[in-house]
Amino acid sequence: MAKVLMKGNEAIGEAAIRAGCLNYFAYPITPQSEVAEYLSKRMPEAGGVFLQGESEVAVGYMIFGAAGAGARVFTTSSSPGVSLMSEAISYIAGAQCPAVFVNIIRGGPGLGGILPSQADYFQATKGGGHGDYRLLVMAPASVQEAVEMVMKAFPLAEKYRNPVMILGDGLIGQMMEPVEFPDGLRSEPTNKDDWATNGMDSRNSDKQNLVKSLFLDPKALNDNNLALKAKYDRMKIEEVRYEPYNLDSPYQALIVSYGTMSRVCRTVIDNLKSEGIEVAMIRPQTLFPFPEKAIHDAADVDGCKIVFSIEMSMGQMVEDVERCIKGKRPVEWYGKCGGDVPTPEEIMEIIKERL
Amino acid sequence: MGKIFTKPEALSDNHTHYCPGCTHGVIHRLVAEAIDELGIKGRTVGIAPVGCAVLAYNYFTFDFQEAAHGRAPAMATGIKRVRPDLIVFTYQGDGDLASIGMGEIIHAANRGEKFTTIFVNNAVYGMTGGQMAPTTMPNQRTTTSPLGRNVEDTGMPIKMAELLSALQTPGYITRQTVIKPKYIVKAKKAIKQAFTYQVERRCFSLVEVVSTCPTNWGMTPLDAIDWAENTLLPYYPLGEYKTPE
Amino acid sequence: MQNEVMFAGFGGQGILLSAKILAHAAMEEGFEVVWIPSYGPEMRGGTAYCTVVVSDRPIGSPIIKNPGHLVAMNKPSLLKFAPVVKPGGVILINSSLVPDRSGRGDVNELSVPVTDIAKELGSVKAANIVALSAFVAKSKIVPWESIKRCIHDEFKEKTKFMELNMKATEEGRKAGEA
Repeated sequence: MAKVLMKGNEAIGEAAIRAGCLNYFAYPITPQSEVAEYLSKRMPEAGGVFLQGESEVAVGYMIFGAAGAGARVFTTSSSPGVSLMSEAISYIAGAQCPAVFVNIIRGGPGLGGILPSQADYFQATKGGGHGDYRLLVMAPASVQEAVEMVMKAFPLAEKYRNPVMILGDGLIGQMMEPVEFPDGLRSEPTNKDDWATNGMDSRNSDKQNLVKSLFLDPKALNDNNLALKAKYDRMKIEEVRYEPYNLDSPYQALIVSYGTMSRVCRTVIDNLKSEGIEVAMIRPQTLFPFPEKAIHDAADVDGCKIVFSIEMSMGQMVEDVERCIKGKRPVEWYGKCGGDVPTPEEIMEIIKERL
Repeated sequence: MGKIFTKPEALSDNHTHYCPGCTHGVIHRLVAEAIDELGIKGRTVGIAPVGCAVLAYNYFTFDFQEAAHGRAPAMATGIKRVRPDLIVFTYQGDGDLASIGMGEIIHAANRGEKFTTIFVNNAVYGMTGGQMAPTTMPNQRTTTSPLGRNVEDTGMPIKMAELLSALQTPGYITRQTVIKPKYIVKAKKAIKQAFTYQVERRCFSLVEVVSTCPTNWGMTPLDAIDWAENTLLPYYPLGEYKTPE
Repeated sequence: MQNEVMFAGFGGQGILLSAKILAHAAMEEGFEVVWIPSYGPEMRGGTAYCTVVVSDRPIGSPIIKNPGHLVAMNKPSLLKFAPVVKPGGVILINSSLVPDRSGRGDVNELSVPVTDIAKELGSVKAANIVALSAFVAKSKIVPWESIKRCIHDEFKEKTKFMELNMKATEEGRKAGEA
């Protein structure tokens, strides 16, 4: 298929349809409203469901209801909206339903701003809602990667019966890049007869299916949490994804950066190389599970003096980076969080100063 | 001799956890009878609320989802939109529907979502221990209005059937009660009618059922029935508030 | 080799569209390309700008502080962005609305009354296409036939604007080559 030039938000909507997801519920919020605008036209064309809910709170539960009934379903939102959906996300994780959430992050806290940010790292990776749950979190660095991650998110959500979150920033949603929608990433929804409330007649059964997160018996609740933990442990083994950059050079410093910020860092690394300074990067593509071993091993090589976590936040991922490195190298954070994306020039200056 | 009385197939054999004199059991049975009579058990999904009926799924024999507090209408919307062939109902109390879930029920009704809501109004929060609800009567004592509900402070009780009837979208809205056999017969008819409208894919339907809570009202079951009849029914008049015709 | 073009002007001057057409043409020519809008409050009537990055290898930072070229459709855009254009770049000034010059001796400056040209053709709305065409004719950032085809594609389904915009394309080229 030929490449088309598409805005990230629209490409995300199209990717879901191409992946085989025909159910979308959403509430408008900048900077991702184009997804809803695009799908309000495109979903009916594709024979799917589009509904603008009355709030992100309600949308979260529309997703829960639809997912519980066995449908492939997704929504998109931005930071304040995701806060409102976090209640439902906790329930969906507790009830073990598959669903896909896209957060095109804007600056916070509170209303914050509408420009790009990565300040929802904690919310996405450590659980924005209550209880012991995790999301499988993927962070695209280009429109093409956003498309591919959205398409892969649905079978992953079904594999684990767990919500998957795509964590993009405002730029991923707003910019246009050439994209293609790989046919190979289209997938058939899995059979959900053993747990979904799809109606007993639909599955020729007279056994009731329950979708619930309430376990009043302490042992039953502990068992449910153990079952969830087993899934998260399996994700740590099977789903870690990252991209190394310039790791073959004799680098003196390692950058850990993701999403739009990692592209700026790629420019930094190229520019420094031309000045004779070698810096490498690990770009996490999954934020949970986090590429712990890759980061540890990359930091642990001889010659690597320092590790930088460069983020559009006031230092969130840096805590995970420190955890991976176990004190073997100094770890520094650099970032900005108002929508003003750090430039290659200012990052180069910081790195040169420290080396 | 033929069998003249039997338990509905849609009801399970489990003993309920409801208190003596509670009307949930009667309402569960009416719902189950309507589902049996319409032959829809195999394609019905119920949604349990947060409240005393949180475990309702233990007492029915068909599929169930369990909602967060107040969000049952949003979940029902999600199910019904992706599976219009399923019969979906929410079963909600007054705290769930008229307080924390006010937004969800109004918008679902206004969109004309084609599911059914059974709204059990007993003028008090049950499961959390008898706190004041939006439907608590003026001067009614609860654990959070120990001197009686002060309407100067907390407003007047919300009349949900009337409020939802004001929406311009067609729907079926009725208020019934189950405190005496003569009312139960009518309530049964209304519940079956509500499901029938859904089976016909006609409209949103809601049956408000004025109920008792002897435990949290601090009354015997018999006194509770009297209080409901003499205090609740005059404020919450029974009848059909809206029909899709 | 990477090249960046900043389109800037008032909201409503068609900045995003002319940038998109250039991005489209660059993509068709096999380049890597990114189109980055300013999507802040600017999009509600104030100054809008949009950057197109064209490169022969994967594009790193999409945030461009020093663009290679500038198309300035109004005065605030020229004042704000002319000083940051890289030496040797093209600065196209809409002289219908901007009497000023860039004040830069190290750039390739071109003043074209794009709004007046569009007005003569029948609608000021085509000013963005005049500017785009003049800019491409001058900078040769993509082959002329490529931009012409992409402008044509853009108006394929908006037939009533086709003739106007194809005329604007031609007039823009003449002004750019002058």
